[in-house]
Amino acid sequence: MGETIQSVERAAGILRLLASGPRELGVAELARAMGLPKGTLHGILRTLVHVGFVEQDAATGRYRLGGTLLHLGSSYLDVNELRTRSLNWADALAGRSRESVWIGTAHEGGVLVVHHVFRPDDSMQVLQVGTLLPAHATALGKVLLAYDPYGDAGAAFDAPSGTTPQATATATRGDEPAAEGLPAFTPRTITGADDLAKELELVRGRGWACDVEELVEGEVSIAAPIRDGRGVTVGAIGVRGAVERLADDGEPHITIVSYVRDAARAITRDLSR
Amino acid sequence: MPRPQYVAAIDQGTTSSRCMVFDQDGRIVSVAQREHRQIFPRPGWVEHDAAEIWEAVQGVVADAVTGSGIDFAQLVALGITNQRETTVLWDRHTGRPVANAIVWQDTRTDALVRSLSEHEELFRERAGLPLATYFAGPKIRWLLDETPGLRERAERGDVLFGTVDSWLIWRLTGRHVTDVTNASRTMLMNLRTLSWDDELLAALGVPRAMLPEIRPSAEVYGTADGGVPVAAALGDQQAALFGQTCFGPGETKSTYGSGSFLLMNTGTEPVASKHGLLTTVGYQIGEAPATYALEGSIAVTGSLVQWLRDNLGLISSAAEIETLAGTVEDNGGCYFVPAFSGLFAPHWRSDARGVIAGLTGFVTKGHIARAVLEATAWQTREVVDAMNADAGLALTSLRADGGMTANNLLMQILADVLAVPVVRPMVSETTCLGAAYAAGLATGYWPDTDSLRANWHKAAEWRPKIGQDVRDSEYRNWRKAIERSLDWSTP
Repeated sequence: MGETIQSVERAAGILRLLASGPRELGVAELARAMGLPKGTLHGILRTLVHVGFVEQDAATGRYRLGGTLLHLGSSYLDVNELRTRSLNWADALAGRSRESVWIGTAHEGGVLVVHHVFRPDDSMQVLQVGTLLPAHATALGKVLLAYDPYGDAGAAFDAPSGTTPQATATATRGDEPAAEGLPAFTPRTITGADDLAKELELVRGRGWACDVEELVEGEVSIAAPIRDGRGVTVGAIGVRGAVERLADDGEPHITIVSYVRDAARAITRDLSR
Repeated sequence: MPRPQYVAAIDQGTTSSRCMVFDQDGRIVSVAQREHRQIFPRPGWVEHDAAEIWEAVQGVVADAVTGSGIDFAQLVALGITNQRETTVLWDRHTGRPVANAIVWQDTRTDALVRSLSEHEELFRERAGLPLATYFAGPKIRWLLDETPGLRERAERGDVLFGTVDSWLIWRLTGRHVTDVTNASRTMLMNLRTLSWDDELLAALGVPRAMLPEIRPSAEVYGTADGGVPVAAALGDQQAALFGQTCFGPGETKSTYGSGSFLLMNTGTEPVASKHGLLTTVGYQIGEAPATYALEGSIAVTGSLVQWLRDNLGLISSAAEIETLAGTVEDNGGCYFVPAFSGLFAPHWRSDARGVIAGLTGFVTKGHIARAVLEATAWQTREVVDAMNADAGLALTSLRADGGMTANNLLMQILADVLAVPVVRPMVSETTCLGAAYAAGLATGYWPDTDSLRANWHKAAEWRPKIGQDVRDSEYRNWRKAIERSLDWSTP
């Protein structure tokens, strides 16, 4: 284990103490409990108040946990809740685009498929919910990387891409990791860090992402972000299908893009209610 | 270029009225919804104001049509599906309801129904129904008994009866008619002749003069203002069967809401149940023979998840049950029989109460969550077994719809427990879709049921994953848990 930062540890200690009971605590009590001089605590408390993690009672001068901190803990959106809220819109998108529809969330640097609607042509298809897709080679993943609230696009490089938490892997593991570290699934997979950064910039610029034969040869995927009431991207919705149907000369059809964005906006509206 | 044409469906439900507009591919073009008041005058009583419902219906039709930027001239048909059994009585001359509508959930006819026990076999044989408070006939009788002067007015034909379909068609077209599926829920219709039965009328003391004419589910009943043909009526569960395109014998749908309703198409002959199901009309298209169905209802499915949320606080939203159940591999030996108000089909044991069986120190809230989902699956299995036995058919796949189909784990458990694939259709609004389909068939918007089948697409499919040995031993345990729930409540 590497070096730790002492003041962060002390801040965590203060938060733990404040969370340990319903009572507000004064500086003296905190200093006694932590075995530290009051002066040291003042600086840390001032910082915690500044970022909203701690609040000071105006009348008593005592401290309690701040609203921002409580909000952090509850900002997590259950993936099954996301599926429930998206169900009708995902069906409508499959109906309009006549392609399979996928909803994914960020998971261990990859994309966890949380919802899958079959392509409406009654061909044999297998439900892929629970599959983990590589982020850098899919439209869903590019959206999630581009709008990652923690700006943690580098996570794609640590991801166990192509592995699945619940079996049924379709995404084939890249044959050989490229020199830069991102596995290639086809000759068109983006493998360089700079290239990926440029691609994510493009995604942020136009509000949607596509993968043109970057995961599977002959397949195209298109996706757009789903946001919650605070504007945080909590997932991505998109379609996947044959390149002949979804793209011309490497560019996805704009009508399909608009269907995908309509669906993403509709779910976003629903989540902010 | 001719302007595109559409079909609209009104879904007049227990808590709200909706209108949906569909295109030729069966896709939803627009939706509008309005709620109406639930009136609870006393414990066990549930009423609606039929005039308020009529206003809400007019509102949602206008909203759905104008909201989608089309005009009424583009509507080629209007279909109706409705909460079943809810009873409306109104004055023929003023058009005003003479009392609040008595809702299907209302249990005020409890004593009245018990007093009919000498006729139990008659109702079972002619109407296909057990004696229960849901059905419309006893509700009519109650209103006639309790409202001074009403019986005389009804005998003169000045006061009319209708289920909600009938009330809406009367307001829309001026005709006093009902469809066979709604009529089959009154305890007054002979299932074979599809007409009002004098002996049933006599047993319930309901005058014939107040009853609507029984018509097929799909035919043009009349035209509404604006010239739109009103062309279909189906009870809500029958509409879902139709919307799921269960047109062949053995084809079965299950709608998962607070409770669940399974309907199996049994073809053109009514099948009398020996296993606690009820026999009902599935649909009748124009002059073609009626198609019958077996129906099994499960009182507590989705509402058990709500109970876990609201009464135990184990989850904060219904969807989280799947997350919680996903924290464990299996039920940990625990089984949950949600017999909150007794056991319904196929057991019919009012003395049963809920139990959680098989508890050990090992069991966590994750196991309980799993047992909750399994309870829905096992209850479905029991109804399916009863249907297979009654109909002499074997279920080959189950078409599921309703809110709980968003729960992938539940759908997988269902497939495992039933040992057949479970399929979710692309349009989950099967109730509205069924009414639209029937109306579109009646007016030639769709040529035949084959064209409707072509519109039906799988959105997802779950296949059985467990072995027969596991399935059998789990079923044995479930039955043991059922045994433990019996003989608890003493009346």
